[in-house]
Amino acid sequence: MKGWQALFYKEILRFWKVGFQTVAAPVMTAMLYLLIFGHVLEDRVKVYDQITYTSFLLPGLVMMSVLQNAFANSSSSLIQSKMMGNLVFLLLTPLNHWSWFFAYVGSSVVRGLAVGLGVFAITAWFTPLSFVAPVWILVFAFLGATMLGSMGVIAGLWAEKFDQMAAFQNFIIMPMTFLSGVFYSIHSLPPFWQTLSHFNPFFYMIDGFRHGFFGTSDVSPWLSLAVVGSCTGLIAAVALHLLRIGFKIRG
Amino acid sequence: MTAISFDAVSKTFQTPRGPLQALDSVSLSVQEGEFFGLLGPNGAGKTTLISILAGLTRATSGRTQVQGCDVQTQAAQARRLLGVVPQELVFDPFFNVREALRFQSGYFGIRHNDDWIDELLHCLGLSDKANSNMRQLSGGMKRRVLVAQALVHKPPVIVLDEPTAGVDVELRQTLWQFIARLNREGHTVLLTTHYLEEAEALCGRLAMLKQGQVVALARTSELLKAASSNVLRFKLDAQLPTELAQRARVTGRIVQFPAHNAAEIEHYLAAVRQAGLVAEDVEIRKADLEDVFLQVMGEAGATPASELAQEATP
Repeated sequence: MKGWQALFYKEILRFWKVGFQTVAAPVMTAMLYLLIFGHVLEDRVKVYDQITYTSFLLPGLVMMSVLQNAFANSSSSLIQSKMMGNLVFLLLTPLNHWSWFFAYVGSSVVRGLAVGLGVFAITAWFTPLSFVAPVWILVFAFLGATMLGSMGVIAGLWAEKFDQMAAFQNFIIMPMTFLSGVFYSIHSLPPFWQTLSHFNPFFYMIDGFRHGFFGTSDVSPWLSLAVVGSCTGLIAAVALHLLRIGFKIRG
Repeated sequence: MTAISFDAVSKTFQTPRGPLQALDSVSLSVQEGEFFGLLGPNGAGKTTLISILAGLTRATSGRTQVQGCDVQTQAAQARRLLGVVPQELVFDPFFNVREALRFQSGYFGIRHNDDWIDELLHCLGLSDKANSNMRQLSGGMKRRVLVAQALVHKPPVIVLDEPTAGVDVELRQTLWQFIARLNREGHTVLLTTHYLEEAEALCGRLAMLKQGQVVALARTSELLKAASSNVLRFKLDAQLPTELAQRARVTGRIVQFPAHNAAEIEHYLAAVRQAGLVAEDVEIRKADLEDVFLQVMGEAGATPASELAQEATP
C-alpha cells in the first residue's frame, strides 16, 4: 500500500464514521429544499419549455450538495487536525504534497459524490428526470467536487480558527453557490446580474451538469467545460503549492 | 557513523513584539547507538531544535542531518529514519488504538504491520486497550500510544520530547525499560526531559541549552565530576538569613549548599548555629545532575560550552 492510499482510506473512514452528520444530514436538507421550493414555485416559475420547475431544480440541488460537501470534507478535516494538534502525525511522515492532495481531495470527491447520489436517489421519487447526456453529468460532478475539495484544502490550511473557516464558507462558498442558478435560470435575472453570473465559475458547473440531464442549458456545455476545467486546474495548482511549501503547517 | 548532526543551526521567530531568537548557532552531533540527553529550562530551545530535526519547523540557517540525510532537501528519507514522540498529548478522536497504529504504518507505506503493532502494544502495556477509542484513554495511556505511533516504522533514530511529563511512576518504568531495550538493540535515542534523575540514569552524554545556546556538552560522568563534589543538605523550620539563603538552594523545609570540602561544610553549619537556628536531618551527599544543571545554568554566559567541556576532560 502506498502512503497516500492509507491517508485516503483514513479520510474516507473519518467521514463515514460520522455518516449521519456528513452524508444523511445534507441529503435531508436537500430534500427539504426540493419539497418547499418545488411546492411553492412549481406553478409560478417556468424555466424551459416542457421541463417542470421541480425537475429543473433537482440537478441544481444535487450539484449544490456535491459542492458543499466536497468543500466541507477537506476543510473540516484539516482544521480539526490543526486545532487538535494531531496533524503532527502526518507532518512526521514522508508523505509528499501529491499524497496529501490526492488523499484530501480524493476523499472530498468521494463524499461529495456520495451525498449527491443520496440526494438524487431520494428526490428522484418526487419527480421524473431524463438523462440526455450522462457523460456530462459525471464530468461536471467530478470536476466540481475536485474544485471544491481543493478549495477546502486551501481554506483548511489558511484558517487558524473555526471562526475564519465559517467566514470562508459563509462569505465565499455560500454566495457563489446560491448565485449560480441552482434555483433559477440566469435568463430570468436583470442584465447586470446576468453579466455578473457569467463571472461565477459555479454557474458553469451547475449549467453544464444540468445540460447532462435535459440537453438544454444557458450556455454551451463545452464553454462550461472550458471554464470549469481551467478553474479546477488553477485552484488545484494553488492547493498543491500551499501543501508543498507547508503553508501555515510547517513553521 | 553520525546519527544526528546539527551544524550551526539558528532559528529566529517573527513575533508581534519583534524577532525572537530561539536558537543561536547550535552545533552538536549524536553518534549511532548513543542515548543522548538534551536538557535546559523551559524556553531554552529544546523543542525548537527537535522540531527542526523532525522537519516541523525550518531553521533560519544551518544544516541538520539524520544519518547523513538533510532534513530539508532529503526530507522523505530523513523522516523514515526518525521516530518522534511529540511533547503535546495529541490524538485522533475518530479511531481506536489499533486503527491509529495501522494508519500510521500505512503513511510510511507499510502494509500488514500487525505483528510489530502487537509487540509494541505488549511492550507498552497497551494490549487490552487495542480496541478502545483514543478518547476513552487516560493521559498516561495516550502517551503510550504516542510512543507506539512513533515506532511503527522501526526507525533507527528515536526522539522523545519530554515523554514522561505528567506520567505516573509505573509508566515511566515500563517506558524506560522498553526504550533502553531498543537502545541496546542499536537504536539511537535523543531525549529531552525535566526529570534530571532520569537523564542521569539513562543518558551517556548530555547537552545543556540555555537561551538557544549550547552551554554544556559532555559525557554525563564527566559533567558530574566537574561539578562541586558534595552537597550539604538539612531541614530547617525557620527562615534562613538572607546572606546564607542567597548561596543555598531552598525547597520548602529542605536547604542545600554546594560544598567543595569539609571546611566549607563546617562554615555553613556554624553560620546556621550562629543565626540561632537548628539544622535537622543533616546529611552530606555526592552532587547529582540537578546540582550540575543549576550550577551550569547559573554560570552560563560566563562559561562558554567549549571551556566547560574541556574542564570535564582534564
